[in-house]
Amino acid sequence: MLHTIALIVENKAGVLVRIAGLFSRRGFNIDSLTVGATDNPDYSRMTITVEGDEVILEQVTKQLNKLVNVIRVSEMDPNESVDRELAIIKVAAKKEDRSEIMQIVSVFRAKIIDVSPRSLIIEVTGTNDKIEAMVRLLRQFGIKEMARTGRVSMVRGTKAVVP
Amino acid sequence: MGKMTGAQAILECLKLEGVEIIFGLPGGVLLPLYDAIYDSDIRHILVRHEQAAAHAADGYARATGRVGVCLATSGPGATNLVTGIATAYMDSVPLVAMTGQVPTNLIGKDAFQEADITGITMPVTKHSYLVKDAKDIPRVFREAFYIARTGRPGPVLIDLPRDVTVNELDFHYPEIKLPGYNPNLKVHSLQIKKAAAALMEAERPVIYVGGGVKYSDGHRELLKLAERIKAPVTTTLMGIGCFPEDHPLSLGMLGMHGTKYANYAIQESDIILAVGARFDDRVTGKVASFAPQARIIHVDVDPAEIGKNVRVDIPVVGDAKSALSELAKAVGEKAWSPWNEKVAAWKGEYPLCYATEGESIKPQCVLETLSRLCPDAVIVTEVGQNQMWAAQFFTHRDPRHFISSGGLGTMGYGFPAAIGAKMGCPDKEVFDIAGDGSFQMNIQELATAVVNEVAVKVIVLNNGVLGMVRQWQDLFYEKRFSSTTLHRIPDFVKVAEAYGALGLRAEKPSQLEAVLVEAIESEVMTVVDIIISPDEKVSPMVPAGASLSEILELEAAGPSYEAQRSYAGSSGSEILEMEG
Repeated sequence: MLHTIALIVENKAGVLVRIAGLFSRRGFNIDSLTVGATDNPDYSRMTITVEGDEVILEQVTKQLNKLVNVIRVSEMDPNESVDRELAIIKVAAKKEDRSEIMQIVSVFRAKIIDVSPRSLIIEVTGTNDKIEAMVRLLRQFGIKEMARTGRVSMVRGTKAVVP
Repeated sequence: MGKMTGAQAILECLKLEGVEIIFGLPGGVLLPLYDAIYDSDIRHILVRHEQAAAHAADGYARATGRVGVCLATSGPGATNLVTGIATAYMDSVPLVAMTGQVPTNLIGKDAFQEADITGITMPVTKHSYLVKDAKDIPRVFREAFYIARTGRPGPVLIDLPRDVTVNELDFHYPEIKLPGYNPNLKVHSLQIKKAAAALMEAERPVIYVGGGVKYSDGHRELLKLAERIKAPVTTTLMGIGCFPEDHPLSLGMLGMHGTKYANYAIQESDIILAVGARFDDRVTGKVASFAPQARIIHVDVDPAEIGKNVRVDIPVVGDAKSALSELAKAVGEKAWSPWNEKVAAWKGEYPLCYATEGESIKPQCVLETLSRLCPDAVIVTEVGQNQMWAAQFFTHRDPRHFISSGGLGTMGYGFPAAIGAKMGCPDKEVFDIAGDGSFQMNIQELATAVVNEVAVKVIVLNNGVLGMVRQWQDLFYEKRFSSTTLHRIPDFVKVAEAYGALGLRAEKPSQLEAVLVEAIESEVMTVVDIIISPDEKVSPMVPAGASLSEILELEAAGPSYEAQRSYAGSSGSEILEMEG
């Protein structure tokens, strides 16, 4: 099962490598990892998705908590949180395919952010499922290049994962 | 406090942390720091190899309970510390390791003697720092010592670029602000209640004790609890000394080379109270068949240990001493039970034993004799057969009197660690129980001991082979002794003399006691070369990956002298009387 963990970490050199090193040393698999600033410049927020059963998740959480630079570790309940990923996809767009591609873009509420004679770049945000579905549909036209972020996640309501 | 250089600030921090002694070896980038050490009151012990600096600091820490400090230069000096840091990490020893580093403007340029030591040691340190600005020195040192000694102790590395030690700063020792580090010491009263109820309900309890009890100084509370509920107590290698082995409730050590009765008791128990122990594979054997009927209460200061290797029924996060003290208050007095009778019968039936006939000195007998002649000694060990015999046949009574590399199993650890232990506890007799293989891994430290007049006694159980590996080859590889013969080279008496130490030798059983007495009475660094057979084995033995019930008995004859002594009088009535 895929779990999502949100981390608040100190914004210091070497923190990312400590976390990545912990995963590799303990044999945990990182599925995706996203890191970025928070509104407090002293801290960064990481979202890690990790594959494994409950026992592994518990170990991951506990081991992460032991790192001195890790301030908070929070497992995100999929029913109580929203999450988003982003992908930009360069897709081959022959004249006769363009309108169909545009339709797909519109249905997925995605955006076209670059247009050239033979290709389009599409930006899509959403859940992992939505992006996967979009990718599947675009594959028929020929995907030339794709760049994806990992997941970012936030608890619904007033509860917050903050330092 | 005014302006000072980075190097002076480092020494000021060490002074404020109460450091009396540093083990180290200088090098190019450390010249400014060593120049400041020249004027300092802090004693610096010059080792002959940086690995020994880390082990000596570790031995000092284990013997005294204080933070050990070692120092090595950049590049090879720093990498030579790694084995010592990893050893300390595996056994949760508080250590601050300082390393020199190339100047900040050369970092990343593959400069002369540059190594990314914070990167290299990341998986084997509790935390680490690369100091890039002299003004950070006070904060970093304060945090490093605090992290090293609190919670589950462990090594912290501080990497010090040369320019940082030269630049000036305004010294101010700041308060500790570590929002991400909150060691969880206070035990949860509800969990204590649950644990106490489970212990009272159980009919076949065993207390399984690890190094956490030693580090939290909880041995008195352990004794109180065990006597109240009449629970037999077994220790891990790290927990040795936390419970007196001559106590009727003692089961000695459990696991691969544990006593039969400790392993039988574990396997038949209906509840295990694990305190400051981590269910290592050498303890559990095959996890699936470990203590099949037992509920498990696990007390540990490190929440990540709970549920890591075995399923736990009642987790108790917190300091071992407080947990034991709370538990002792929460439980009622129990009577001597049929379970105690059963365990006592096992102790009588399956004592630790060894064959006593033959021409050669028995290593087990060396330990028993030493135990009789010098019962209060600090026993430091190397790794392998020597370590297991020292664990089994010396009667351990006091915490911090048995010092051994358990988790990492570092050959070469014992001698430098014994030097550190002796410098920390100069009034105690300190022995390094060694094999000829392990001793040679840091034998150069004879110079350190002789120059600093450290009277460590090294007992070399010299079988001329790498005995533990050879034992496995003997048992599981058809006696194909691949690369385990050392040919009884060198002559350890001559080596000792060459360094200016006292060298003694015993070859026959009749010489043993006199030689040991001479070693004990010696006031200088002493090496005792004791010739034993290469075929000596550590017994009993649970083969790797087997269940704890599958115990091989490798020694034929009757019980050891020591065992015979300790079982006489270990009856139920005695313990009741003791409390009456």
